[in-house]
Amino acid sequence: MLRLEGLSKLTGAERYADDMPLCDFLWGMTVRSQSPRGRIVDIRFDPSVDWSQFTIVTHRDIPGCNEVYLIEKDQPILAATHTRHIHEAVVLLAHPDRQALRRAVGKVKVIVDELPPVFDPRAPLAPEQLQHGTENVFKALEIRKGDAAAALTAAPVVVEGEYATGAQEHVYIEPNAMIAWTDEAGVICVRGSLQCPYYVLNALKHAFAREADGVRVIQTPTGGGFGGKEDYPSIIAVHAALLAHKSGKQVKIIYDRDEDMAATTKRHPSIVRHRTGVTKDGLLLAQDIDIIMDGGAYVTLSPVVLSRGLIHAAGPYSCANVHVRGRAVLTNCIPHGAFRGFGAPQTHFANERHMDRIAAHLGMSPVELRRRNLLKKGQTTSTGQVIRDGVDRCELLDAALDAARYDARRQRHAEFNRAHPYLRRGMGVATFHHGAGFTGSGEDYLASKLAVAARSDGRVEVRSASTEMGQGTLTVFTTIAAEALDIPADRVVVANPDTHLVPNSGPTVASRTAMVVGHLIERACDDMAGQLGAARGLSSAPRGGAFLAALDAWGRENPGRELVGRAQYKKPEYVQWYDKTYQGDAYATFSWGAYVAEVEVDLRTFSTRVTDFVAVQDIGRVLNDTLAAGQVTGGVVQAIGWALMEECVWERGAMKNNQLTNYIIPTSFDVPEINVKFIQSPYAHGGGGAKGVGELPMDGPGPAILNAVADATGADPCELPLTPERLMRLIPSGDAP
Amino acid sequence: MSHDTMHIAFTLNGKAVEIDVLPHERLLDTLRYTLGLTGAKEGCGEGECGACTVHLDGLPVNSCLVPTFQVRGRDVRTVEHLSPALLAPLHECGATQCGACTPGVVMAAAWIRDNSHLLSRFSIRELMAGNLCRCTGYDGIVHGVERLVASEQGAA
Ligand code: FES
Ligand code: FES
Repeated sequence: MLRLEGLSKLTGAERYADDMPLCDFLWGMTVRSQSPRGRIVDIRFDPSVDWSQFTIVTHRDIPGCNEVYLIEKDQPILAATHTRHIHEAVVLLAHPDRQALRRAVGKVKVIVDELPPVFDPRAPLAPEQLQHGTENVFKALEIRKGDAAAALTAAPVVVEGEYATGAQEHVYIEPNAMIAWTDEAGVICVRGSLQCPYYVLNALKHAFAREADGVRVIQTPTGGGFGGKEDYPSIIAVHAALLAHKSGKQVKIIYDRDEDMAATTKRHPSIVRHRTGVTKDGLLLAQDIDIIMDGGAYVTLSPVVLSRGLIHAAGPYSCANVHVRGRAVLTNCIPHGAFRGFGAPQTHFANERHMDRIAAHLGMSPVELRRRNLLKKGQTTSTGQVIRDGVDRCELLDAALDAARYDARRQRHAEFNRAHPYLRRGMGVATFHHGAGFTGSGEDYLASKLAVAARSDGRVEVRSASTEMGQGTLTVFTTIAAEALDIPADRVVVANPDTHLVPNSGPTVASRTAMVVGHLIERACDDMAGQLGAARGLSSAPRGGAFLAALDAWGRENPGRELVGRAQYKKPEYVQWYDKTYQGDAYATFSWGAYVAEVEVDLRTFSTRVTDFVAVQDIGRVLNDTLAAGQVTGGVVQAIGWALMEECVWERGAMKNNQLTNYIIPTSFDVPEINVKFIQSPYAHGGGGAKGVGELPMDGPGPAILNAVADATGADPCELPLTPERLMRLIPSGDAP
Repeated sequence: MSHDTMHIAFTLNGKAVEIDVLPHERLLDTLRYTLGLTGAKEGCGEGECGACTVHLDGLPVNSCLVPTFQVRGRDVRTVEHLSPALLAPLHECGATQCGACTPGVVMAAAWIRDNSHLLSRFSIRELMAGNLCRCTGYDGIVHGVERLVASEQGAA
């Protein structure tokens, strides 16, 4: 099936938040602290501006709690007494003229008594730098399997390494956008670009001290998210709502690109250290892994990003003794947050680079080292999770090597590199996994709900809070419902997420939409078909033509009514997770990938070009070839950017290059065609047999590409992004032409 | 505010238009906020992303960088003017995901189709490099443009 809203997007007819016609509205903007850390002593409004023309909101105008509602409530909606990062919101302004508003923002000065900030998550702390607990640690976690310390002592070979990754900006092409108003019934409403309607709803309830019926959140078409519109839109929504509440008017906040890049979350920078014990023939004996993530100024989602990072840190390998420790640490940077992969790309990068380093140490091919250690059915991950399903990992690896013509090409590269004065070619491999759905007992805790309504007009409506942001939710949900009921897709409609109309199917994150929420659609369809069968006196729940005939007959007799089928998440029987020990089934299942990158490095400029890329994966059953391939190509290219060019430059905890002019993301000319292959094995508990696909493609390219650069040049790069400047430092000048 | 406005006339999607604009007004804002043509998007406001691409006298330009008064007497075409039939190849190949870059991508694609002689010197990837897309990884776009050009040549 073609993307359902595709033509509307291609013709330019799709109306995003900033495209909606509004009359008599105000623009809203944010005044930020300008100081990375300090005590607010005054806010000065320049007397040259006629402030009576503006709506002005400070923390005093918040009717409920001045806290952004998330895991911990440490972040204020508007800073009241202190600021913890340079872009912290302090004052909100609204005005009908956007230019006048822009000028006015520059005329408000937040006077701050500076306090000593922290920018390096590893630097020793002075007492006056403490801002969270006793050590500025947001979260510390540990995974233990076997006895890694003893096994390391006994191991014949021990290989160490330290790996670092930088922050990454999402660069969804539609910047953040939110519209707020109060409706005739006094309900505070927002509509805007967002991933998680119920996160925003909870934030509004908390800020306005209201129950769910006093607030309403509607998603507008969302021009990309990638995690960047997971938690941050809650802040913008509350800001817009505060301005609307105070002014009594509709208020629209659209971030300019520079504000969006400066003030909103990024991927967590990480430092990961590995100590690995292996036998001489490359069997893993012990993995000792230490992870530090820079959480930025507030807790936001750092604990769960760290958790996912930890769980994926030992890679898709079997090892009897594993010890992983991780900390997410406060710095006075803008808060880091969710970004496609959610901690796993960072730890996979470290582990997959480290596997190549181990292979080099042993004089073994990196492919062979992986083949000897890849998890087989029945073996266990670092948390003791037994691998029950999925395509054999070695089969995926072989398929990727075949598609890349790995051996033949490496031979040709060796000849090429000997002959060429300054170009060097190489290939790199990464094997990896990604858990679909919330981590641990997260899905149980969410207890997502979904409804499917059989309407008297003969259509079936899927009602969920899962959002379309480009990844194909609308199309895939339609397919799943149509297949579940065996009816044509044009009899299915998917409701637009609106918290007054749809149940909470959970946030649109964690590669959970097709697998977890899609499965709820199937169960709700069963429930609804059962009700319809009972209403028509049928002996069983009808499907296909019988369903449509029954629905048409029921609809004629019950005009304007509907039969609602419901489902709520129930974990598969086999899933057991122990939060105290961090042991058990961290995810109901994993998707798996084997990627091969080919690069060409120019030793004159130290620039690296990806010249070929093969992505083979097991994502369960593929529900839609074009959409699934699009997730992989998009993820791979985003990861190529992270690996080679996307560098956030920091100054006083703020991104200095907050423009697309100097934060460089890949263009069509910077990347090769991605060779995407799926090896399918339907997953019994996923919608239509699907597992997660959204995040997996972010995990493999970083290490595959740096492994290829190592292969091409003999350098041993351990830090992302591998910009020409970084690579230059790694290659002795004698090697350059 | 006491800016003097300027009165200009130009052709927009084949029709004559006359409006008053501020001297510093951007074509993108005039199209979106004054004329209600919201197809072109603002992705960056500084000429980097191409989401605001429109055709000016047949050439793709970033409308966020064009002061509106400069289109006086000229021919402006926006995504709203394209025939939906032309978009099928892009649709089939997965050229759009979130859609924020799409109107710009479509305008660049239409320009390539109308000037396919360029393909003897430049690749589609080169010609599309002014349009950032964060979703597709570009393969869907590149394949879509290939198919669009092929279908045009087949029809010619
Ligand atoms: S908005 Fe014009 S190029 Fe980005
Ligand atoms: S489709 Fe989302 S940016 Fe291109």
